[in-house]
Amino acid sequence: MRSVVAVTERVVETPSTVTLRFPYPAAVDPGQFVMLWLPGDDELPMSLSYTDGPSKGVTIKAMGETTLRAQSIRTGDRVGVRGPYGNHFDTSPKRVLIVSGGSGAAALAPAAGRARAAGSSVTVALGATRAAELLFRERFRAMGARVEVATDDGSEGTKGFVTAVAERLLSSEPFDAVWTCGPEVMMKKVIVAAKARSVPVFCSMERHMKCALGMCDACAIGPYHVCVDGPVFPAPRIENLSDFAAFHRDSSGRRVPL
Amino acid sequence: MAELAVRCAGVSLRNPFLLASGVWGESGESLAGAWNAGAGGVITKSIGSAVRPGYPNPTIETYEHWGLLNAMGLPNPGIDEYPREIEIARKAGATVIGSIFAGDAEEFARLAVRMAATGVVALELNLSCPHAEGFGTEVGGTPGDVEKVVRAVTKVVTIPVIAKITPNTGDPAGLALAAERGGAAAVSAINTLRAIAIDVHLRRPVLSHGLGGLSGRAVKPVGLACVWQIFEKVKIPVIGVGGIASAQDALEYVMAGACALEVGTQVTFDGVQVFGTLARDLSRLLDELGFSRVEDAVGVAHRTGSAPPDGSPRPLR
Repeated sequence: MRSVVAVTERVVETPSTVTLRFPYPAAVDPGQFVMLWLPGDDELPMSLSYTDGPSKGVTIKAMGETTLRAQSIRTGDRVGVRGPYGNHFDTSPKRVLIVSGGSGAAALAPAAGRARAAGSSVTVALGATRAAELLFRERFRAMGARVEVATDDGSEGTKGFVTAVAERLLSSEPFDAVWTCGPEVMMKKVIVAAKARSVPVFCSMERHMKCALGMCDACAIGPYHVCVDGPVFPAPRIENLSDFAAFHRDSSGRRVPL
Repeated sequence: MAELAVRCAGVSLRNPFLLASGVWGESGESLAGAWNAGAGGVITKSIGSAVRPGYPNPTIETYEHWGLLNAMGLPNPGIDEYPREIEIARKAGATVIGSIFAGDAEEFARLAVRMAATGVVALELNLSCPHAEGFGTEVGGTPGDVEKVVRAVTKVVTIPVIAKITPNTGDPAGLALAAERGGAAAVSAINTLRAIAIDVHLRRPVLSHGLGGLSGRAVKPVGLACVWQIFEKVKIPVIGVGGIASAQDALEYVMAGACALEVGTQVTFDGVQVFGTLARDLSRLLDELGFSRVEDAVGVAHRTGSAPPDGSPRPLR
């Protein structure tokens, strides 16, 4: 189902991420995505970073020319929204560890919100290149989640990869589930660390998308399509696929190393 | 249970339901997935000489499940890269048909040789994409063009050649006849119907390319008419495509003259499980109607005055 809506709010979250809010009354679950149409330009798969209430939102990371143009959309500009598509996080576990790399927090924050609202405890291992790029740190804190930070340059929290923080948390505390989104190499490390402690991991995957309906095959990963079988995958479904943390497909369907 | 195995265009198929080109065909695992779900065979995405990204998004307009509009723009990794995907599907045991597109007869011939070398059991020539400049309908829109391309390809390969023809013409049967003259082993019909969607709020076409192709249930009666007309004109087998969503749809195509069927849009709506469902349901429907083999039903609707099958229907051909 496609609709055209006017953007009601634009928020610069970090130097490389911008949130657009728009009215979208459809019921949505955390983890689902929409196809965001920039009329006359392109249409992009975007995880919904705000899923509750009549106003939804997407948080766009500057990756290339198209995402930069998407970030330049202003309040009042009209965009197309097609969806919602895909599956979602099961927000019922009572003790959740979130591991977020870069803009991965966009897909994870609404799931954390639902879990907190249901009374679950949420711990967030939040990773970014530098302090200024930590996405939704205050939002996570405001919902009552504990946030443990890692930055590549050490400008805040632990210096180095967020996976080190995740491993430390996993080895010292019990968790019922791990939710992760970010670079696949990071998610692969998270899977290994959690598996050693028998904690189930759910990964939100990103792939090039065109139809979002399970037709065009652009987002194929192993026997799955991220648009309809995901974007949230339990680790056992993807951890041994030759594509995972190895390659994705570009617009032509050609394999491109990650 | 009625026999579903067919021999069509010189190819043996375990059942008549083929994965249509352009759906699920970019990765070898996806082709294998359709085969493992019960498809009688799988047709690759249309592959060209070089890497082609296709059109920018939006490439699709969705409707209720009566149809789907797309203008993907023939994205494909090119014939240098693609054989590894075919290899994955073949290793899974799949019967693979290779679809190719090109800008002229000479390029078709060169590409056909490369595609045939991958071990596919047949080639399907895309002479009918309705929305790609310089390809598809633009090189397969007239009988002269179709005959020229098919002849150029059949001269250089030994495997069966299927010409997929367009419905966006006044005389699809004329195109099928031309394919037959060129040496095609079969024709497949139809490709999508040229179509467009407009957004009234934005006052512009929805698809980045403007024009696209309509598929799905909405086009079934059109596809049936094309197969019907083609069957009356040509001697080579016809593969029916267009809006097949149920066993009854499939049997309508068979009775109109199709010896095999392609399923695309319904895979989008139901997933590849649709192949198992279609095969099981078609077998039951044939039983109910007194056919012991799907092949016995091919073209029966053309037999004027034929009585309802009495348990031993005579094959038309």
